[in-house]
Parts: sequence; structure tokens; C-alpha cells
Amino acid sequence: MITSFLDRLTEGGSPWSVWLRQTLAIMGLETKKSFLGRRLIAVYFLALAPVAVLVIRIMVPLRPEELGTPGEAGMVFAVVFQTFVLRFSVFFGCMSIFTNLFRREVMEKTLHFYLLSPVKREVLVVGKYFSGLIASLVFFVGSTIACFLLVYVPYGNKFMEDFFLEGVGTQQLLTYASVTTMACVGYGAVFLLIGLYFRNPIFPAGLLLGWETINFLLPSFLQKISVVHYLQSLCPVPLPLGPLAIITEPTSAWVSVPGFLGLTILVILASALQVSRLEVTYGAD
Amino acid sequence: MTDQDKIVVDNVSKFYGEVLGVNRVCLSIPPGITSLVGPNGAGKTTLLNLICGLLRPTKGKISVLGQTVNEPDLLYRKLGYCSQFDAFPRGLTGLELIYGYLKVYGLSDREAHQMAWSALETVNLTDAANRRVHAYSKGMRQRVKLAQAISHRPQVLILDEPLNGLDPMARAEVIALFQRLAADGAHVLISSHILHEVDMISDRVILINNGYVVAEGNIRGVRDEMDEHPMQIMVRCDRPAAVAAKAFEQDHAVEVKMHEDGQGLMIRTRSADQFYLMLNRIVLDCNLNVEAVAPADDDVYSVYQYLIGTDGGRL
Repeated sequence: MITSFLDRLTEGGSPWSVWLRQTLAIMGLETKKSFLGRRLIAVYFLALAPVAVLVIRIMVPLRPEELGTPGEAGMVFAVVFQTFVLRFSVFFGCMSIFTNLFRREVMEKTLHFYLLSPVKREVLVVGKYFSGLIASLVFFVGSTIACFLLVYVPYGNKFMEDFFLEGVGTQQLLTYASVTTMACVGYGAVFLLIGLYFRNPIFPAGLLLGWETINFLLPSFLQKISVVHYLQSLCPVPLPLGPLAIITEPTSAWVSVPGFLGLTILVILASALQVSRLEVTYGAD
Repeated sequence: MTDQDKIVVDNVSKFYGEVLGVNRVCLSIPPGITSLVGPNGAGKTTLLNLICGLLRPTKGKISVLGQTVNEPDLLYRKLGYCSQFDAFPRGLTGLELIYGYLKVYGLSDREAHQMAWSALETVNLTDAANRRVHAYSKGMRQRVKLAQAISHRPQVLILDEPLNGLDPMARAEVIALFQRLAADGAHVLISSHILHEVDMISDRVILINNGYVVAEGNIRGVRDEMDEHPMQIMVRCDRPAAVAAKAFEQDHAVEVKMHEDGQGLMIRTRSADQFYLMLNRIVLDCNLNVEAVAPADDDVYSVYQYLIGTDGGRL
């Protein structure tokens, strides 16, 4: 058998170190694409819009009775987080980022540069997924943290110190950040798969959005087949869902987090399977 | 030579739905320069993409130096492909493009930088290494694609229309590079429509039309097997009439055309070997003064015209 220059990469060593290097290299190439480009204007808007609203709220002086109590502010944040951030901002942001990881390269006819590299297709999927994940975390976890801090800024430095250093502020902040992270992990995997199976991801994404939106009206066992159910279970402040909601026991974090991550891995494997069958037929796209 | 040293295409067909890409292709390609020739839409790019694993055959099997094309992590260690796609990832310079993908191959920073620079040197593109690829001319883009294909020093180099867009100087340099790689034992498989260059550089040709391989092998060998098209031989000598007279005494001569200046003739013969023997005898017996003898239609262009013709489409 003829050996090639690159064969020595795996000679006598574990392939994992090569796969890790390759994953990091793919992430390196993808990073620039993940943060720059006109396509990302909508993502920047989704991430920065709530921050901008809260900055404006700080800049407009309010009377104490208009400001409300910190508890009310926490409730407002919980509502905004679970309705706008999770169901809209992160959802559409992840859709834009993850469905385009492969589709954009097919449209730009550059995917063959990766497909012609001595890289396992599974490694390619993982590298691209992580690059999308890093971008979505920077956008949306950053936005969540900024919003949570900005909600409490009008109550002054003394309150901020007490709330974050001695109260539940830091714990709530970390919980919200973790829920946003989970949202990016879960929606990211789902949209990566959708982007690979559908030429136009709008239709399946619309179906998914509808499913996630009416989730609280569905029977308990169907509620558990959704991303948002698990994310809401983890939120520190539960929201009233209205008279039509079917109340389902929240899934414990010890079950929901590993289960969620397990499902995410399965979805990423399904994406890898699709990429392993991928053919370059740019003309047909 | 075993299959471990060849590109083997075993009864491969590819259909795009109802549309035929290639059909029942069987090839065994040894090291050296092999050219794939055929009209537009003949199936050249489909065949190259199948060999590179970018497409999957509907039927049949392909192996490259014993390696199945279904394992890209192993296949592309040995294979470099310069595709016809003229698109590049946005925002990258020539150096970043090659360096970035060499990193994806698993090389260290230092190795990737060294090899990227070396590949750019090979194609004479170091002056533009730090310019964005999108600002390159067509010829420079062609060269950076070539640099990317050879950057990891593959044993098999597959090139889809690599001479397109190159100026004559760059073309000569690139051809010299192919010849160097082939001399070092590499497989160089080229799809091209520039027939005189194909003829000049190829050890073998594969003629493809409408998805079928119509001929393959050494071009002279292919020509020799085309009995239905008598070989044309040009002879420049002082007494062409004597040669013509002797030629018509033989069964193999089909047609003779005298040159207008009376200093040569063009003969069509079914057996070039018999004609050359006869010519030797005439030279000895009649003291014929021969200035030149050359086959006139055993090049790729002629074979192409005979087998595919103008009906095959535009080159």
C-alpha cells in the first residue's frame, strides 16, 4: 500500500488528537463567518434589541412608583425571557446561524473545500456545530446576561451589590445563562439537521415554532416532546400560562439536562449521517 | 502493477434521476498523465467527481490506490482535486485559504504555513499570497486552486479543466509541473478541451461521449485500433510519384494525394507498418531522397474527430 505524506498524522497515535485538531481548525475557519456578514444583521438585531430597550429604560428617568419593585422587575424579565428571548430571539437566531452552516456553503459553492479534505464527515459536522454554538452563545448568552443586569440597574448600586453578592441575583443570572446555553445547544442541533434535510428551512422551522408555541396547550406527554418544555422547567421564575394551559409536572434538572444533551447528540449524529451521504451537486441547488 | 497502484473504476454508472451522467465505465488508470477528453456534457466532470467521492455511483465501485472513495479521511490524504468550481470562501487571502485547509487536514501551524507557502511558490503566486482571493484574476484563481490541490503533496492529482484562464506562460509552467509530478510517480488525471496540449502532455487519453467511454489508452494505440479510419501519413520526398505508384501496388493503400509543389504526398493506408516497410524498400531500391515522414492523424484531435466528431458537441 502506498503511504502518503499525511498518513504519518495518525501513525502510532490516537486518532482523537487528530480529530480534535481538525475540529479546532474547522472552528477557526468558521469563526469569522459566524460573526461577520450581512446575513447576520438579523441575528445582531435579535440579540441586541432587548438590550437596547433596557438601555433606553435606564436613560429615561422614572418616578419610583413607575419603576416598580425589584420583584416586579424580576417577573418582567422572566416574562420577556420565556416569551421573547427563548421562543423568538434564540429560536430565530439559532435558525439563522445553524441552518446556514452547510446551506450557505452550498449556495456559495464552497462546501467542496471541506468535502475534499481528509476529514471524517462526522468531525466536519461537530466542528461546524461548535462554531455555530460559540457564535450563538456569544450573541444570546451575552444578551441574556446584559439584559438581566440592566433590569436591576435602575435600583442603584447598593441594591445591585446586595442582590448579586448576598441575594439570589448571581444564582438567577447563572440559571438564565445556563437555560439560554441549553436553548442554543438544543435549537442549534435541531436547526443544523433541518438545514441539511430541507432546501428551504422556513417551512419546517415554522412548524417547529408552532409546536413550541402551542406546547402548553398540549397533553403532558406531548409537551415533553419539545425543547421549550425542558427549558421552562429550568427557569428560576415560573410563569402563569393562563386558563387554557394543561399543567404538566416540570421535569427535574437531573433528568432534563442529561436527557436534553443525549437527544442533542442523537440529532447531531443524524446530521452527521446526512453529511456522510452528501453529494456535491451545486447545479441542482 | 496491482490495484493498490491504480485508480480503478469498475463498471460505474451514475444517473441523476432519469438523466444519464456516465454509464458502465470501466477504467484502470496507472501512474502518469491521463487526459479525459470529450465534448461539453459528455460526463467528464461527473466521472472526476465520482473518482473524488463528491458523487456516489448509482452502480459500480471505485478505488483510488486501493482506497475506497467512501472514506474521505483516508482518500484525501492521497488525492488532491482542483475542481472546476470557481468559488472561494469569503474574505480569505490565498495564503489563508491554503493554510486554513491544511490545518483542517490536521497539520500543525508551522507545517501548514510551510506547506502553504511552498504550494504558492510552486504555482508562482507568492507575490499575491496576502491578497484576498476574490480580488484575484481568473488565472490567479486557477493557480490558487491548483496550489490548494497539491499543497498536501498527494499521490493522485485530479484536475478539471486546469488550463482554463491561464496565459500561455502560466500554462507552460503548469504543464511542466504536471510532467514533474508524473515523473515522480504521481497519477495526474486531467480533464481538458485544449486538445493540442492534451496531445503534448498525456501518456494516455480517455475519450468520453454521452456518458460512455468510447476509447482509452495510449493515443497511438487507440489510433492503431481504429481500422475503419485509414491512417494518414505525410511523406516529403523528391519523387512522390514513385512512392504513389508503389503504394497502389499494395492492398493497404486507400488514397494518395500529391502535394501541389510536387515534393510530397499524403497517403491513407490501412496498415501504417506495411507502408513504412514499403517506403524503406523504395528508399533502398530507388535511392529516394526522403526529407520527412510523419503521421498526420494519430493525435488526440484526429482521434477525437473520428470517434466523437462534430456531432459530439462543442469541445
